Amino acid sequence: MKRFQGLDFLELEGELSEEERMVRDAVRSFVDERILPLIGKCYEDGRFPSELVPEMASLGLFGPTVPEEYGGQGLGSVAYGVMCRELERGDSGIRSMASVQGSLVMFPILEYGSEEQKKRWLPKLAKGEAIGCFGLTEPDAGSNPGGMLSRCKKDGTGWVLNGRKMWITNGTVSDVSIVWAKDDAGVVRGFLVEKGTKGFTAPETKGKWSLRASVTSELVLDDVRVPDSHRLPKAEGLKAPLSCLTQARYGIAWGAVGAAMACFEEALNYSKDRIVFNKPLAGFQIPQMKLADMATDITLGQLMSLKIGRLKELGRLSHFQVSMAKRNNVSMALRISRVCRDMLGANGILLEYHSGRHMCNLETVYTYEGTHDIHSLAIGEAVTGLPAYR
Amino acid sequence: MDVAVCVKRVPSTDTRVKVGASGTSIDPTGVQYELNPFDEFAVEEALRVKEKTGGGTVTVICLGPGDAQKELRNELARGADKAVLLKDDQLEARDAYSIARALADQIQKLNVRVVMMGKQAVDRDNGHVGSMVAAMLGYACVTEVVKMEIQGDTARCEREIEGGAREVVEAQLPAVFTAQKGLNEPRYVKLPGIMAAKKKPLEEVAAPAVAPKLTVVEMSLPPARQAGRFMGKGKEAVPELLRRLREESKVL
Repeated sequence: MKRFQGLDFLELEGELSEEERMVRDAVRSFVDERILPLIGKCYEDGRFPSELVPEMASLGLFGPTVPEEYGGQGLGSVAYGVMCRELERGDSGIRSMASVQGSLVMFPILEYGSEEQKKRWLPKLAKGEAIGCFGLTEPDAGSNPGGMLSRCKKDGTGWVLNGRKMWITNGTVSDVSIVWAKDDAGVVRGFLVEKGTKGFTAPETKGKWSLRASVTSELVLDDVRVPDSHRLPKAEGLKAPLSCLTQARYGIAWGAVGAAMACFEEALNYSKDRIVFNKPLAGFQIPQMKLADMATDITLGQLMSLKIGRLKELGRLSHFQVSMAKRNNVSMALRISRVCRDMLGANGILLEYHSGRHMCNLETVYTYEGTHDIHSLAIGEAVTGLPAYR
Repeated sequence: MDVAVCVKRVPSTDTRVKVGASGTSIDPTGVQYELNPFDEFAVEEALRVKEKTGGGTVTVICLGPGDAQKELRNELARGADKAVLLKDDQLEARDAYSIARALADQIQKLNVRVVMMGKQAVDRDNGHVGSMVAAMLGYACVTEVVKMEIQGDTARCEREIEGGAREVVEAQLPAVFTAQKGLNEPRYVKLPGIMAAKKKPLEEVAAPAVAPKLTVVEMSLPPARQAGRFMGKGKEAVPELLRRLREESKVL
């Protein structure tokens, strides 16, 4: 198999530090050798390759930006972005798994958790000995998380949780679920709900034609009692879960570029090899125009992800900027995956090729972690100063 | 046990080689470089020797241009403890002797009993350096090793010989071992290793000048393949095909 080259039209890889390039190469080899050989079958079988979890953990893919004292590696934001890009070059579902573990479980524990919670969970999550999930979205509250119906009620020294969460990546396989619910005063609070807690179940969502190599679940909370020590003490209000989403979206903005690069490279190689009317498909004007458009769009996505990464490292990244990169890069990747699947002709519908799988996956990425349209409103608010959400 | 590993930075194996203007070396334009694949087995085995013998230091040595720091840093990330770059931006002017001499001098300073190398570098394909270094140092040499175990002062090795047969040898340390594919499965570079590598020593020293005893006078690519010719169709074409294979191509 020809090794993945990765489009680098503007020599942006040269902007990466030595450490960031090493992260890229490490994750790239892992994806080539361990993910790509099995991902088509996993996707077909609707199965997350859980056998890869120990390896992913030992590679350091879970929460690498977490400080070393809690089991992370204290990696920089661009290195983390590069990791997401390379993982999603393999599959959006695999990247989603790692994103949730790092940005939506380890991040809130680190940011809003007590010292005991950090010590108890972060090293285990980093080692892959525990899997986590993030329960914010509900069947009737997606783009408007403030409209959640889940409730937490103080009861003696503990809390009672009731409600339903939906579209929760890793839910069924999680040892710890970060569940968000409103108290009597309407304040959103976060809780660590452990697997096996009475009244708590996480049935898997079946029948998906997207992110099939990833576990998606419902979380059902029926009079679930947790001690106050399971509440994230520093999380008060909707800002807390939203800040976690900003972290995750940052990784998605990078990840989508990886999926687009995978599709582009596949379509490029195919169209150079495929002979039609006695010459390579790539030698005709229509395919070249498609390739030129895609190369340009991917390059723009690379620029955007790199720039938000550097801003994040300086502590200057706003959630509006993350919205722009997530919205642009995912929409770009989805469009490109469709064009690539088209360029592969009939072969494009086979799971042996990757573009079709990326295309189906990206349909999810397009509407999760803030739909494309909601991010339009975030950018709209940033440029006009006039929120138009409601 | 302390181990030294000698590695080389070579054009990546999927490079389409072109001969440079000098006519004696390849054109480096657009060429990507990587660690010689056989050297990955050597580094892995060095790490295993260290682990199995309960500690020590693995030092990776590379003779090459300044850019080879990248390959060395990667091996530090994989688990090596120290790296030494014998810097020489004119690597192509050296022959195996000149490389071996510089490596042997460096190894001598380290005072190690186990030296690992790949069985050959895939750029020039000579496979000389391992044996030469061993001879210069007066060490035992075991080439094309596919299995090795160190017990005290002895290394018991399996090596590949002609026709897929295997030979088991015992070598007295100190010794140079050259790694063949199959010796082990090299471990991945991991993110924690990459962070740790930043703090590990990477020393850069000018490689000692050693006059080569051999120079490349010409390098050429194989002639372009000629287009195939049709001798006709069906059974009738067979006699003519045979005649040409016998008389023109002389392959029968």
